Amino acid sequence: MKIGVFVCHCGSNIEATVDTAEVARIALTYPDVAHAEDSMYTCSEPGQDNIVNAIKKYGLDGVVVASCSPRMHEQTFRRTVERAGLNRYMFEMANIREHVSWIGKDREANTNKAAELVRLAVEKLRRDAPLHSKQFDVTKRVLVIGGGVAGIQAALDCADGGIEVVMVERESTIGGKMAKLDKTFPTVDCSSCVLSPKMVDVAQHPKIKLYAYSEVESISGFVGNFTVTIRKKTAYVDWDKCTGCGTCTEKCPARHSPDPFNECVGETTAINIPFPQAIPKKAVIDARYCRKLTTGKCGVCARVCPTGAINYEMKDEIVTEQVGAVVAATGYDLMDWTIMGEYGGGRFPDVITSLQYERMLSANGPTAGHIKRPSDGREPGVVAFIQCVGSRDRSIDRPYCSGFCCMYTAKQAILTRDHMPESRSFVFYMDIRAPGKMYDEFTRRAVEEYGVQYVRGRVSAIQPIRRADGSLGYILRAADTLLGEPVEVEADMVVLAVGIEGAHGAGELAEKLRISYDKYGFFMERHVKLAPVETNTAGVYLAGVCQGAKDIPASVAQGSAAAAKVLSLFSRDKLENDPQIAQVDIKRCVGCGKCVDVCPYGAIKKIDFRGQPKAEVVETVCQGCGVCNATCPQGAIQVSHFTDNQILAEVNALCQF
Amino acid sequence: MKLAYYPGCSGHGTSKEYESSTRAVCRALGLEFAEIEDWSCCGSTPAHAMDTVLSGALAARNFKQIALTGAEGVVTPCPSCLANLKLARHRMQDAAFKARVDALLDSPTVENAEALPETYSVLQIILEQIGPEAIRARVTRPLEGVKIATYYGCLMSRPADVMQFDDPENPTAMDKIMEALGAEVVDFPLKTECCGAAMGVARQDVTGSLSGRILATARSFGADAVVTACPLCHMNLDLRQGQAERQMRLKFRLPVFYYTQLMGLAFGLPDETLKLDKLAVDPAPFLQLVARRRKARIDAAAEAARAAMEKAESEEGAAS
Amino acid sequence: MASIRLDQVRDAGFLHEVEEESGQNISTCYQCGNCTAGCPGAGFYDRQVSQIMRAVQLGLKDEALRNRSLWLCLSCSTCTARCPNNIDVARVMETLRHMARREGLVQDRPIESFWKSFLDTVKLTGRSFEIGVMADYMMRTGRGWGNMDMAPAALLKGKLPFLPSCIRGRDEVARIFKRYAETKKEGQQ
Repeated sequence: MKIGVFVCHCGSNIEATVDTAEVARIALTYPDVAHAEDSMYTCSEPGQDNIVNAIKKYGLDGVVVASCSPRMHEQTFRRTVERAGLNRYMFEMANIREHVSWIGKDREANTNKAAELVRLAVEKLRRDAPLHSKQFDVTKRVLVIGGGVAGIQAALDCADGGIEVVMVERESTIGGKMAKLDKTFPTVDCSSCVLSPKMVDVAQHPKIKLYAYSEVESISGFVGNFTVTIRKKTAYVDWDKCTGCGTCTEKCPARHSPDPFNECVGETTAINIPFPQAIPKKAVIDARYCRKLTTGKCGVCARVCPTGAINYEMKDEIVTEQVGAVVAATGYDLMDWTIMGEYGGGRFPDVITSLQYERMLSANGPTAGHIKRPSDGREPGVVAFIQCVGSRDRSIDRPYCSGFCCMYTAKQAILTRDHMPESRSFVFYMDIRAPGKMYDEFTRRAVEEYGVQYVRGRVSAIQPIRRADGSLGYILRAADTLLGEPVEVEADMVVLAVGIEGAHGAGELAEKLRISYDKYGFFMERHVKLAPVETNTAGVYLAGVCQGAKDIPASVAQGSAAAAKVLSLFSRDKLENDPQIAQVDIKRCVGCGKCVDVCPYGAIKKIDFRGQPKAEVVETVCQGCGVCNATCPQGAIQVSHFTDNQILAEVNALCQF
Repeated sequence: MKLAYYPGCSGHGTSKEYESSTRAVCRALGLEFAEIEDWSCCGSTPAHAMDTVLSGALAARNFKQIALTGAEGVVTPCPSCLANLKLARHRMQDAAFKARVDALLDSPTVENAEALPETYSVLQIILEQIGPEAIRARVTRPLEGVKIATYYGCLMSRPADVMQFDDPENPTAMDKIMEALGAEVVDFPLKTECCGAAMGVARQDVTGSLSGRILATARSFGADAVVTACPLCHMNLDLRQGQAERQMRLKFRLPVFYYTQLMGLAFGLPDETLKLDKLAVDPAPFLQLVARRRKARIDAAAEAARAAMEKAESEEGAAS
Repeated sequence: MASIRLDQVRDAGFLHEVEEESGQNISTCYQCGNCTAGCPGAGFYDRQVSQIMRAVQLGLKDEALRNRSLWLCLSCSTCTARCPNNIDVARVMETLRHMARREGLVQDRPIESFWKSFLDTVKLTGRSFEIGVMADYMMRTGRGWGNMDMAPAALLKGKLPFLPSCIRGRDEVARIFKRYAETKKEGQQ
């Protein structure tokens, strides 16, 4: 066997602390190494051409590149050796950047370590065999989880591209957080006027199948062939019959049910349609508050329903769908700000969240667009906005910026002035983050044209006072850090710009999708810069705030990006599997079935082989994780390209002394 | 766990009534503590304002005295002593700091810093070992129909990681006790706002304005009285109430009790243990208010019973 | 007044010293002003807590130490409780106070005098004793008459005993102060 070794400088990234020429010189002493050299940028076009030429010139059978992480360029170099006529698996990479040059300063020690890592790669390559992918069919349907604006965009773009879409939405209507907003920045145009047509498009698109009031129960399979089970939660209303006429909601006597769509500002009926533009516009009974379901006595809705859609006996239903790709667009929730005792921890009635305030501003909200204090229903004269509540606060483990609060706070302050020209608004901020198009101009408008008083300082505490007329006031104890003095504001109402976190249940969904997520419930992208839409699981893509804080335009852009990823995946009729998968040595296998039990992908099945039980790997399902390999008591399952022999050879290469 | 009792210096001077009522209430609730022989001052604010090691050593001498009683922990009614003793133990977990403290003492404290006695407030022990239900059961003369503002001051639950008791922003320990006594607790927003602490001697303008704000707010929320668990807070709110009134150009006339005095009242403990006569702001109007409300309730109950009897009689008459 | 030349910071090691002695990471302070906002003494300060924190960050030793605020601090720890960056601000203030004493930069003698009077009484008797502290304080400063308005009430109610309750171990307590004074003298040499 003839092996070529190429040691990369990576500019000065590696060369600064590793003597690459020396590594190449040492590599020539390793068994089977026929050629070794160092090169400035191995991944560049001349760098790759150099490898191709060397393969031809020296008749190489395999190549080792010592450079960066294989996550960066393994695919690049596999294609390079393929160009020169070698099998793409006759290639190994030694990571001498992340594992050597970036973490140590001692040039001599680094050079030694780099040479040893190259030795390791050479020993593995000597035992490599050519591998060939299998082809399999693709189910050209996509599952979109979450019907907020990001999911809607992804679904419409996929459907317009001719792909069948299955959309699953947890609530009884799509629209997500954007449907709750009154206006959007920086244009102050009506949120539902922009969103509603898109929601209608989803409902009417022949390629989109919408499961509202449903949740993903489980997902199995792999890119191109996922099987999804969906739980259709019981609405106690037969949606095929329900026309959304609203008669039931008018007559329902349980009028004190919490109203989640309105962020619990005001109350609603136990049977309910969240808002007039809901898609689908169907009624749902909240079983916790329905008199019929809690006490057995009532049944008013069933009596008044003109289509006989009410069914108190209804149960959850499980349906199964086959898809080839998944877009997760599950959005966010506000963090639980009530842990902040200094702001009253939820005990002060007129201290509300910005999302609650948004519902008050909205004409279809619980106050019909009038700003009213929850404590006494009066219009507030002074409204104070506090930013960064539960953001940039490591004392409660929320170190990150929630991204869009600066902008919506400016918008809400402007709208407050529009609604109540005599009112005064104060915004307590730490920094204004307005880097988008026309964003900074917008926050300046709030100050310059609307007279909103911006005060740079965090509010230490909100302290209620009882006024002479018996009404409540709220003293905000703050500092104007620009003035360098403590300041106070007596407000009638306080709006908290509460920080965000991944939507509740995001972690469980991530486990089902086998994607990574952080401790705040945000899903991890495959690469923070170069693969912000992909995940570590092939065929699963991200859109919107589920990946990290972003505003509406950015969420829409990512929704389209995810759709582009799906369309590009589905542009091929067949996909190729990764041949680095498990293989059963049928002679050694005793058919104990332990591998079947541990396989996380359901890729191993028990078969009957001439009257003997044996294990068999389903090649297109196996992901090559190696759990079966480690479990098999007989050593009968090996993972191609990572056999026990190869790994032991690597260990031996390292333990020479 | 056997606990020792550390009264603190003010118990012998300005807060005699706190000391006396605390002992009486504990006795009534069956709480017994070992007396510490020859305890000395914990150093209070002045010591740690000057030097943390000196402050630690003044506290640590007491740790040795506590060890002599055979107790594993110590309770004190005074939040300032509580904070000093707790903080000293907390800082002495660092070996270097402990060595510097030990060097100031005649003989070093126990080698294992974890064996140093932990300090608790009497309030915490009453709440956690007795609890509101048992307190309610002990009440013979409920504080009915009166509104109380509970004032905790800044030291009871701060810093939270050292004090390990109650909510640092909205403490409720005394609220629960006052409710158990039958009083109504107002939602007082300045529970943990500082009263001016030891600044009163050198800067009465500071204590006057800070205490004045607390008293004015308590009044605006309709409180008939304020309760506190701290001798220094009590001095600023009660003994210095006149100064606060002059500073704020307002009249408060708001009685300020130690919570143990109100517990004693509701338990019907003898006057000489509660020492209400030591209070600077006259508590008599408050006590009369409780008495009037009690009488009104009893009168109403009697009236209702009489009416019910008459109704029953007349119905009986109609039936026969 | 001339501008402060930040490139010629007077004491570059000052920030490090404060961090070391207080055990706090002051670089995490992003100047939100929450400490100033919640400080009950802020209305009386000549330099706000957040400004003092900023002076420390910039290594401006004189600005950080030469102010009355350090002496007016009530040690209530509200700043610490609400700091979004987990800085024990009260501890930093306390550290600066100790440093100011060592550097002879005490800006409020009466408050320092009260503390000294208090500790002198403890040194003498083993416990604090109100009339003793007040008498000592008034002799030191010639001030304190403002407290006399409440003395009659307190005396009348038997709250101010004339005689201290000396403890048996008072010599032991006095030796704590003596050794403390010695360690300080050694430290200065």
